[in-house]
Amino acid sequence: MKIIDKLITWSLLKSPWILHFNSGACNGCDIEIVDALTPKYDVERFGIVLKATPRHADILVVSGPVTRQQAKRLKTIYEQMPEPKFVMAVGACGCSGGVFNGCYGVIPGVHQTLPVSVYIPGCPVRPEAIIDGVVKLIQSVEGKK
Amino acid sequence: MSKITIPFGPQHPALKEPENFMLVLEGEQITSAGINLGYNHRGMEKAAEERTYLQDLYLIERVCGICSHSHTTCYITNVEELAKCETPKRALAIRTLIGELERVHSHLLWLGVAGYEMGFETLFMYTWRDREQVLDCLELLSGNRVHYSINTIGGVRRDITAEQKTEVKKRINYLMERTNYYIKLATEEPTVLARTQKVGKLPLDVAIERGAVGPTARASGLARDVRKDEPYLIYNELDFKVITHNTCDVFGRLVVRALELVESYKMIHQVIDNLPEGPIAVKVPMKIAPGEAVNHYEAPRGEDIHYLKSNGTDKPERLKVRAPTLANLQSVAYMMEGGWLADVPLVIAAIDPCMSCTDRAAVWDAKKGKTEVYSWEEMRKMGIEHYKRRGVDFSKL
Ligand code: SF4
Repeated sequence: MKIIDKLITWSLLKSPWILHFNSGACNGCDIEIVDALTPKYDVERFGIVLKATPRHADILVVSGPVTRQQAKRLKTIYEQMPEPKFVMAVGACGCSGGVFNGCYGVIPGVHQTLPVSVYIPGCPVRPEAIIDGVVKLIQSVEGKK
Repeated sequence: MSKITIPFGPQHPALKEPENFMLVLEGEQITSAGINLGYNHRGMEKAAEERTYLQDLYLIERVCGICSHSHTTCYITNVEELAKCETPKRALAIRTLIGELERVHSHLLWLGVAGYEMGFETLFMYTWRDREQVLDCLELLSGNRVHYSINTIGGVRRDITAEQKTEVKKRINYLMERTNYYIKLATEEPTVLARTQKVGKLPLDVAIERGAVGPTARASGLARDVRKDEPYLIYNELDFKVITHNTCDVFGRLVVRALELVESYKMIHQVIDNLPEGPIAVKVPMKIAPGEAVNHYEAPRGEDIHYLKSNGTDKPERLKVRAPTLANLQSVAYMMEGGWLADVPLVIAAIDPCMSCTDRAAVWDAKKGKTEVYSWEEMRKMGIEHYKRRGVDFSKL
């Protein structure tokens, strides 16, 4: 492994930066994601920081079933992220379409649009589950290192 | 000066119904604003026709994660009306209780978001920390933090015990104290006043003309509240005031929401203290006779309207939902006109849409013929900087 790659993996493990994208979610998962960042759960203490632009992000946190309108934009955002990048599908509808499965405006499940690394179930997900998901992701990257 | 048109959105998940704002600018001032709708369309109304009434309950709950109880209650009132079912009094009281707890959680959430858009992040962290208290109450009563699903056709799913009552009251008393602090902050803190006063003006006559609802309308002096005008559930037995304000700006909306919190606390105490005895649910047949029903409900953001048509089977023939944000969009267009570009995030946030994802706005410079893209975050930063140059700085607090 080149030294630069080592550096990148090290910084990713120490402080993963996340970008949150709502692909047609009902907002239930979105407020829980924000909740995970506020004082009670406070994921920032693990170095996890919410970023506003895809160019800074390591992990794309996608909530929602991916509506037909949003699918194109979701792809564009994913393409803008630098390598190495990971996708986290949050909520029942991110995993499989959930309650929106069968709606005509929806391409159910994030995996139909992007490669997904972690699935976090729950409708809505609990903030603890989100933290757990990020930790699992970091552990799996650590294992591969 | 040449005019510049900015498309704001269409991916604008800041609002329940994603839309696109076309802002025409002269310098930094907005001369006109147009709105296009129909982006985040999932097709829920059609999906509802393919599911049974009970399944629809869980689908409708997911129209919006923040006012989920409002939508299900409105829907279920229609179903019960068509099924001619007598819902027990205790169930109605429990629905009212959850409804008010939901309003508290939603208003606290809004207060935080408004603080964030102003650049006052401490307020954001404070209110979201306190909001956990309401979420704990909701979890205690229903088993879930966001989608409570307390409603079921014919009543509610869970009863309330004496221990739960004391626990909820304890938390509400704590919140009462905190809210008094927020009210003081909102009305006396000069930096907050500088960012909210005379911003996003919506005079009374325009509010009526454009059909504004909820706190947006009440902050323009329009005493419009379904809970008072046409009481549903057990609101006719509760003692509460309709809060209005006459400044017609973002400051007014801030004050209205903060004071409504206090009214909600009062109502929560009243419901808990006078909870009627009896069963919590009755049985309702799966198939519902043909008919039509319309009901409205005062959701945290304003009047929510549901229309339901049944055809004798166990599935509805047609369901129509009109969420309050849709009603307020016309007013947003008016509020932005004549205002500063820097105020756009705050003005949009003031009608209480949901700040949930990364938006972008493209700036079209007609003179240079090129497009620049702004993200929501950049817009927000720009707003904060704009006011910093004019002496409004929250970092010194
Ligand atoms: S998983 Fe459930 S709570 Fe989360 S966005 Fe989807 S419908 Fe909403």
